[in-house]
Amino acid sequence: MTIMDKTADIPAPRAGGPDDARLLEVRDLHVEFHTRDGVAKAVNGVNYSVDSGETLAVLGESGSGKSVTAQAIMGILDMPPGKIPQGQILYRGQDMLTMSNEERRKIRGQKIAMIFQDALSSLNPVLSVGYQLGEMFRVHQGLSKKQAKAKAIELMERVKIPAAKQRVSDYPHQFSGGMRQRIMIAMALALEPDLIIADEPTTALDVTVQAQVMDLLKELQTEFNMGLILITHDLGVVADVADKIAVMYAGRIVETAPVHELYKRPAHPYTRGLLDSIPRLDQKGQELYAIKGLPPNLLKIPSGCAFNPRCPKAEDICRTEIPALVPVSEQDGSELPGRGSACHFWKETIHG
Amino acid sequence: MAELDKNDGSMDATPNVTDVVAVDAADETAAVAAIEAPVERGEPILQVRNLVKHFPLSQGILFKRQVGAVKAVDGVSFDLYQGETLGIVGESGCGKSTVARLLMALETATSGEVFYKGQDITRLSGRALKAVRRNIQMVFQDPYTSLNPRMTVGDIIGEPFDIHPEVAPKGDRRAKVQELLDVVGLNPEYINRYPHQFSGGQRQRIGIARGLALNPEIIICDEPVSALDVSVQAQVINLMEKLQDEFNLSYVFIAHDLSIVRHISDRVGVMYLGKMAEIGTDAEIYDHPTHPYTQALLSAVPVPDPEARERGERIILTGDVPSPANPPSGCRFRTRCWKAQDKCSTELPLLAVPERFKGSDSPAAHESACHFAEEKDIVGAAS
Repeated sequence: MTIMDKTADIPAPRAGGPDDARLLEVRDLHVEFHTRDGVAKAVNGVNYSVDSGETLAVLGESGSGKSVTAQAIMGILDMPPGKIPQGQILYRGQDMLTMSNEERRKIRGQKIAMIFQDALSSLNPVLSVGYQLGEMFRVHQGLSKKQAKAKAIELMERVKIPAAKQRVSDYPHQFSGGMRQRIMIAMALALEPDLIIADEPTTALDVTVQAQVMDLLKELQTEFNMGLILITHDLGVVADVADKIAVMYAGRIVETAPVHELYKRPAHPYTRGLLDSIPRLDQKGQELYAIKGLPPNLLKIPSGCAFNPRCPKAEDICRTEIPALVPVSEQDGSELPGRGSACHFWKETIHG
Repeated sequence: MAELDKNDGSMDATPNVTDVVAVDAADETAAVAAIEAPVERGEPILQVRNLVKHFPLSQGILFKRQVGAVKAVDGVSFDLYQGETLGIVGESGCGKSTVARLLMALETATSGEVFYKGQDITRLSGRALKAVRRNIQMVFQDPYTSLNPRMTVGDIIGEPFDIHPEVAPKGDRRAKVQELLDVVGLNPEYINRYPHQFSGGQRQRIGIARGLALNPEIIICDEPVSALDVSVQAQVINLMEKLQDEFNLSYVFIAHDLSIVRHISDRVGVMYLGKMAEIGTDAEIYDHPTHPYTQALLSAVPVPDPEARERGERIILTGDVPSPANPPSGCRFRTRCWKAQDKCSTELPLLAVPERFKGSDSPAAHESACHFAEEKDIVGAAS
């Protein structure tokens, strides 16, 4: 099967507004988990979009809903207990949430692929890596075992695993952490998808290996002109690779911005707090800035702005009214493209 | 110095660390007395000399024979001064956690000495060892697995008092535990709660309270904040700095986050494959690294500043850390080093001030275990 054939069976994008050209668009997505203790609202109205060749970084702490959003996009959310009460996930204009399982399976892996955080527990320990890599070709393209193995070797070479031919029948435990993560990347790349979702791809790796893996990912992204959603909590990694950033807190996007803008002038107190708590050279020996308090419990998210109990700027309005994600502009009113903040006092935060 | 000269060439000689004044305690009582004597601020409190830990690899079921050894720590020497924080950084598998366990006397060293106030703790036993252990405490990495889920917070923090009843008599313990909870910023009324009722940052505070219970002089922190959320890390770091001032503690701070290590440390040691590659003050290591590994490590750290990626040279190392069971000959780093020459494979570089910087007062003149130590312009982490 050639690449031509493969592209032929994607349904043509619906004719319509300019928004349909978007590779992936998430609109007002809600996800909740029904547990014994109550309903945990993990995602509360998330909107974002990615184009081909673009890197969107989703930044947030544990429990902010960044991984749950990704799982909802991939359709690998455990349902039940998970539930998507409202929202749309549009892949080239088509809502994946209303598709049949059959249609969805064609997109998953072939068009949208995912790289998981912990390669050791995401790979099957009793199957050789060659078999696991080849599975993509056998299932999606109907190749024979022999052809699939040849493809697997090719993939392993592409992600720069040395001696790929000899190592193709090795098992995951025989590889080092960095090599395992390369295999995960190879698996995601197998069918040359349009979009890759990388969920904390380098968190479990050492810094020197992390630099190698991020470099590889960047290189492959440019080569295939893929969209990339990078989910992380590391402000350093984000600064290195992202084009635009969405900061999440308690299941909502609190700020969006192009990468340079965000670091220079954050427009949300939470983002500002995160940036300020990075140790800086001139603060040596002084107390670090720390965001007070704890991330909220998703079973009882504070009313109004979810960040209000920890926010230094909080006022009465913050405790009652949920701030919408509004466009951020310069002091003179000129527009700042791509920027948004969900804070009642964004003006004071960015300009004050 | 004499005792160092006795060692063969395979060990790291560190000629410029201060001499160990070994106290020859005639009996246990004298040893305990030496351990309980106070140390002046700025004097060495812990001195590590040529510390080695090899874990044997054996083969066979009935007749086990040793086929090799994982050289987890292979000749490490450093001093810890009273009241300072010594940061130890390195990749996973470089032996930094094994060093921590050896300092706690939780592992038996294969060879080498750890002098605590002149007493070699690798040879102590009985009452003297118990006295040492009271003064050296540990805070662990993972607050989720290092607290017993079936014990209340009061029992966890109070358990050290069962072993060392002289610190708090039985009747006082509850009050003492509540005081400790207050010191680490937790509500003293939480004394009857269980660990699962707390968040990660709060649990780490419980771990710190347990470490403080016996009024130790040294706390060894093995990755104390790496399991915590970014917004909570700063809170715990601030707490640790506050406690250091309040209780006059010395820290050995092991971590892989280089910017946090720089913030908290007075001196930093960089480890690679069981050896110390470079050691110096924080400014010497971060602004003037001379060992290629330190340079690569610093430049690999992603800097939270998007403009930094356009500045300076970035070194990306190839390959992985070699297996500590079969480390390269000569310099351990030579297989990944861009400067490696024949000399590196035959001759082990010693941890010493490099010849070319000797006598100069530039910040580059600090101990570095490289034959070709020199400064290099790199993208700096945490600057």
